[in-house]
Amino acid sequence: MKTTQILIAGFGGQGVLFAGKFLAYKGLLEDRQVSWLPSYGPEMRGGTANCSVTISDAPIGSPIVTKPDCLIAMNLPSLLKYKDTVKAGGTIILDSALISEKVERDDVNVYYVPATKLAGEAGFPTLANMILTGKYLAAVDEVGMADIDDVLAKVVPPKKANLVEINKQALTIGHDYE
Amino acid sequence: MAEKVLMKGNEAIAEAAILAGCRHYFGYPITPQTEIAAYMAKRMPKIGGCFLQAESEVAAINMVYGLASTGKRVMTSSSSPGISLKAEGLSYMAGSDLPALVVNVQRGGPGLGGIQPSQSDYFQATRGGGHGDYHMIVLAPASVQEMASLTFKGFDLAEKYRVTSMILADGTMGQMMEPVELEMGEVNEHDKSWAVTGTKMARKHNIINSLSLNSEQLEQQNFERFERYKKIEENEVMYEEFMMDDAEICVVAFGIASRVSKNAIMEARAKGIKVGMIRPITLWPFPKKALETAAEKCKAFISVELSMGQMIEDVELAIRCKRPVTLCNRVGGMIPSSEQVLATIEQVQGGLE
Repeated sequence: MKTTQILIAGFGGQGVLFAGKFLAYKGLLEDRQVSWLPSYGPEMRGGTANCSVTISDAPIGSPIVTKPDCLIAMNLPSLLKYKDTVKAGGTIILDSALISEKVERDDVNVYYVPATKLAGEAGFPTLANMILTGKYLAAVDEVGMADIDDVLAKVVPPKKANLVEINKQALTIGHDYE
Repeated sequence: MAEKVLMKGNEAIAEAAILAGCRHYFGYPITPQTEIAAYMAKRMPKIGGCFLQAESEVAAINMVYGLASTGKRVMTSSSSPGISLKAEGLSYMAGSDLPALVVNVQRGGPGLGGIQPSQSDYFQATRGGGHGDYHMIVLAPASVQEMASLTFKGFDLAEKYRVTSMILADGTMGQMMEPVELEMGEVNEHDKSWAVTGTKMARKHNIINSLSLNSEQLEQQNFERFERYKKIEENEVMYEEFMMDDAEICVVAFGIASRVSKNAIMEARAKGIKVGMIRPITLWPFPKKALETAAEKCKAFISVELSMGQMIEDVELAIRCKRPVTLCNRVGGMIPSSEQVLATIEQVQGGLE
């Protein structure tokens, strides 16, 4: 019985909720229990946004992630706010293009991925979220990239089907980033 | 088995209502339930239904009153301050014995309060909300699946007993996504001979009205209504028992509080504490007998709520104050953490030793 709790945090507009939705759908397609809970507030673009995702083999109790197994931090305020809540032995994935700070914890695995920079270079500057998610698939997820085509087909609305391919590319860049 | 889809709680309510045959939605937007209206606005025109954004909550509930008079399935949804505005209409519909479904996705109060989750409309919901002697059936979902299934059931119960059913959810339940299976089964048919549908000159007029100036008659109407309420109390109580077999401490919690409590109970069990939970699914009728029975074995109760302590009064009443009941709560949009619930369980356990 395994439960993975993920907290994704950043500014509104960075795709925090979409990344969470991707991971939730991935869990669903893998026949696992999932919950997805957004922070919701009057703030939209530019405000803080975060998203709790739980993926489990057992029925999920609270959908609120207070002690994540994995934190994906997309800006400095989010890293500062949540870095100490990550469980010992857990993982922090951060956008090192936006966060110059280093994580001073030796009991967690930290991945510094310059996602915003990589996304810009690849020609899809808004997909830093999926690059970081790709790193998550490599570092934490048990199934990895295997079923991402099915997941993207579910999570990208049919009207925007042309975006499936670049999402896949972004995931791959993050997944392969060393 | 039907395919499971990921949906927000609010969307699950809307889709389940459509599956239950509801083709009329009247509402006014308010966070954190606006997705219900947005979903209805998108879907209703495609299926020959009516989505109408009213000029206010008061207008919306009176449109519900009017439509319900015709015997058709109808709903409205709002959040705490908006439900207060609808309270007059709720009372009038009770006085007219009309079935309808009303959703309250609660937020912190009083007043305009905040937009974060709360359960502080418990008193308002379980005591009727408006003036006069009446009840609504109050359903408290604790998952997105239940947001759907209780909405479907709520319509059925409302028609069966000619009362308003209220879905009492909170911001978390409305906003979270979980897998949901939308296979809801058949819609039951109920007697609608009371409905205002046009006589076609073939029957007497039906009159829907809550005004009754003859005191003896009004008294009889109240008696008759409470006979129906008695049947609801006998037949429609729903609750979930979690790890209650050998429990010495009984947590009572609904909605999001019950989800958090489950985590805390699992952790307490791992520490050897015999604790379980009774989760009311119907808040009215309240699962009095289940709690009374639990009080024979359990030595202490804990009421976990997102309010200053509202349901705790019903817990104390149900167990006739035979056992101590401790409140574990957060308010104003805050949610108790599983650590807080666990600490309360440990503290209560300490008092028993």
